[in-house]
Amino acid sequence: MPEAGVSASQLDAESARWLQALAGVGAAREAALAQLHKLLLPIARREVARRGPRLAITGPELDDLAYQAAADALLAITAKVGQFRGESRFTTWAYKFVIFEVSAKIGRHFWRHPVVPLGAEQWERLPARFGFDPAREAEWRDLAAAVRRAVDTELTPRQREVFVALVVNGVPLDTLVLSLGSSRNAIYKVMFDARRKLRAALAANGYLPDDSARGS
Amino acid sequence: MNGWSALDRFLRTDPQDVGCAQAMEMLHIYAELVAAGEPAEERYPGIAAHLRACGPCGEDFEGLLAALRDAPS
Repeated sequence: MPEAGVSASQLDAESARWLQALAGVGAAREAALAQLHKLLLPIARREVARRGPRLAITGPELDDLAYQAAADALLAITAKVGQFRGESRFTTWAYKFVIFEVSAKIGRHFWRHPVVPLGAEQWERLPARFGFDPAREAEWRDLAAAVRRAVDTELTPRQREVFVALVVNGVPLDTLVLSLGSSRNAIYKVMFDARRKLRAALAANGYLPDDSARGS
Repeated sequence: MNGWSALDRFLRTDPQDVGCAQAMEMLHIYAELVAAGEPAEERYPGIAAHLRACGPCGEDFEGLLAALRDAPS
């Protein structure tokens, strides 16, 4: 019987069949793994193709990334199949690992080939990141200076480091996770707190609407 | 959208936001509901809030949704 966290009777027929097949041994298990890999690889290829136009990765390197993502997703799935609780179809749960692996591989690619030198701060690019028109600098110059001042005075060193990397330098979050040896969740939490502090500071100085009167 | 509203939207935080760990844990359930046309956002408002605010998790969600819509049933 599969070691999943659900009984076969709780699952749709296809999910139950996958769990049964992956719980097999010998040649039967190898066949199930090969079948699952055959299902995952096109998902990985489509996902890297979907993201490809926004990445400076092309051709064989992109296909290699998809192949690695599918292979590593297969490993993750077999390691975690006992955690599958039948809250979705098995294949949906499995595809999730492919998507996560594609994200991780792309993050690793930019970690190995950084676009921005470590330690650089591209403050001059900040206005463009939010769509400010360079030709209308007079309209946003004070706001940009206020953002930088708030980053320097309101944030902790860790929050500042994360804000500068993600927002000022445009480093992908999954790449920063690798650089700092952290997790996506931990970096997001740092950024979440930084965003809240910065908005409060900018609102207090009249640069953004102050919602505190509405209690939000 | 001009820069002011983009910056304002970026800096706004939603107290319902569940964070990356919970969103990633539930992503397959949420995506399947969305793909089926179910009111996923009403059922999981904290995940919806997170996916709106977190670029990487939002990207993963879009990828999984695309996989569900493209994959042979």
